[in-house]
Amino acid sequence: MKLHEYQSKHFFARYGIPIPKGRVAANAVEAKHIAQELGGRVVIKAQVLVGGRGKAGGIRLAKSPEEAEELAGQILSMKIKGLPVRKVLIDEAASIDKEIYLGITNDRSARKPVMMASSAGGVEIEEVARDTPEKIVKVYIDPLLGLRDYQARDIAAGIDLPRDHWRIFGQIANGLWQAYRESDATLAEINPLIITSKDQLIAVDGKMVLDDNALYRHPDLAEMRDLDVEDPSEIEARKYGLVFIKLDGNIGCMVNGAGLAMTTMDIIKLFGGSPANFLDIGGGASAEKVTAALRIILTDPNVKTVLFNIFGGITRGDEVARGILVAMNELKKEIPMVIRLVGTNAEEGRQILSDADMITAETLADAAKKAVAVAKGDYKQ
Amino acid sequence: MSILVDKNTRLLVQGITGNEGDFHTRQMVAYGTKVVAGVTPGKGGEWVLDGKIPVFDSIRLAVNARGANVSVIFVPARFAADAMFESADAGIPLIVCITEGIPVQDMMRVRNYLDQKGARLVGPNCPGLLTPGEAKVGIIPGDIAIPGNVGVVSRSGTLTYEVLYALKQENMGVSTCVGIGGDPINGTNFVDCLEMFEEDPNTDQVVLIGEIGGSEEEKAAEFIADCMTKPIVGFIAGQTAPPGKRMGHAGAIIEGGSGLAADKIRALEMADVQVAQHPEEIPGMLK
Repeated sequence: MKLHEYQSKHFFARYGIPIPKGRVAANAVEAKHIAQELGGRVVIKAQVLVGGRGKAGGIRLAKSPEEAEELAGQILSMKIKGLPVRKVLIDEAASIDKEIYLGITNDRSARKPVMMASSAGGVEIEEVARDTPEKIVKVYIDPLLGLRDYQARDIAAGIDLPRDHWRIFGQIANGLWQAYRESDATLAEINPLIITSKDQLIAVDGKMVLDDNALYRHPDLAEMRDLDVEDPSEIEARKYGLVFIKLDGNIGCMVNGAGLAMTTMDIIKLFGGSPANFLDIGGGASAEKVTAALRIILTDPNVKTVLFNIFGGITRGDEVARGILVAMNELKKEIPMVIRLVGTNAEEGRQILSDADMITAETLADAAKKAVAVAKGDYKQ
Repeated sequence: MSILVDKNTRLLVQGITGNEGDFHTRQMVAYGTKVVAGVTPGKGGEWVLDGKIPVFDSIRLAVNARGANVSVIFVPARFAADAMFESADAGIPLIVCITEGIPVQDMMRVRNYLDQKGARLVGPNCPGLLTPGEAKVGIIPGDIAIPGNVGVVSRSGTLTYEVLYALKQENMGVSTCVGIGGDPINGTNFVDCLEMFEEDPNTDQVVLIGEIGGSEEEKAAEFIADCMTKPIVGFIAGQTAPPGKRMGHAGAIIEGGSGLAADKIRALEMADVQVAQHPEEIPGMLK
């Protein structure tokens, strides 16, 4: 789950990381008042969960409250990469001497958090990693011991930070680590951390991504979820404990198991078709869950056929079949469907569906070929 | 005989009195696994499965009383890390965690701690282990595999079942099937299992089932090229997965251009692994 810049910065501030004076506005008049409060030049920043806000014109400098109102009005009417700008952050503008990158993420291969820094701040870290990787300094943080003070000093030295700043930098690095750890983040990033012309260190931008599996223990953070970035079907699916990802093909898929669901999409493509979605109904799904899943798949107008691939371990074929029948009756959709049921109660499941005019298959390959043929309009009994 | 679990396994079930724990313990016992104890804090002194299995409040008590040497965990995600720490501290050498949804920072702490204690973890978010004819530790259906000489190691659940079933249809048997799970940080990975299969006199060839995300298949390819003599057949799920999206499994995500199925397939093929286009091709590719 992604947090907005203003949410991330406020969170960082709780851990002693200096951030600019500023507040969030939802309309141009509010923006003007905040600019008046702050006095002087301000930066108006679109709060949307995508990169490239600056390039899209979503980050502008205002020299007066009137200009702030004007620019905020413009930015709040923008869409950046398809996302509407609902809020802007009005920050005191700082004069920047130097820009640093400082971030923490999980290094999967090392099985540890890694803190990275570079003196090439203000640029996407992926670009730096690609073009000038030698500019990135990394320290691996022991997940049991946490960030050691000497590690922060190693980073400071590695990015040629003047010694005058080492103490404050250490506090910021430690604050970032604490923020990361205590929020169960998978990414916590300050880009850029600036040194102002008055020699102060300030986190001018902030980004946090949180581990969805840990949100149960952060209800206050979970509440901050921005639903704009999610497809309505994905939001609906989550309510039922389903994982649904929309694709742009015309063969809907319903499968039990993530690996098998990916395989089902792959095999459809292998035989010349195009999957419309990824959908994992999980283990032991109830009929209600299956009905909800089919309903979600069929909200996509592109779907010409649905392929069910159910390998029942704890998932029962008869339960799945009942769920499908309820959905078919409720939705009264007349599209042909292909069903492949193996495992627990598969025979009972097939019996239940035998009157429902569904195309059956024994193997996954056969089911996929049939679904592709149906979608193309080529299928013959 | 085979790897990790066999007829000498003395299994302890953490979370035995919960719905999942109870259901799957019955299946494991029916399969012939020696389930010697259960642990549910607060329910010590009870007997489950029609009075056959004693429940203890702690792992230490269960180990002392019943000599358990493997633990399988059916505990909810929020309590799973504690369950793993407790087992490691009680000296259990092999811990199999079925639970999905464990916070990744919990898993970093668990893995690093268990490495120091010398305890092996399989999982989390996995279906467990199956040595056909001898032991079922987890939720892999017992009737889809027969004993034999093919080792199977997989990140998936039902996709693994698909492969076991396809092997059974061709009368091909399995030495041990290891589900390493779908999480980004886990206890045991491909290389660990390949190493064990290479040493196992009961395993003649190996099937490796991977998916998008991370670089463990690439590490496996290197290991195979440098250290393995036994033939491997592979399959990688997720060639059609869109980048940046978590495809069900917490570890199944293409991030910043890495973790692509195509790269994994290429790496494995360069190590002389035959990679199937779909799982039902696998039996035909084995010797």
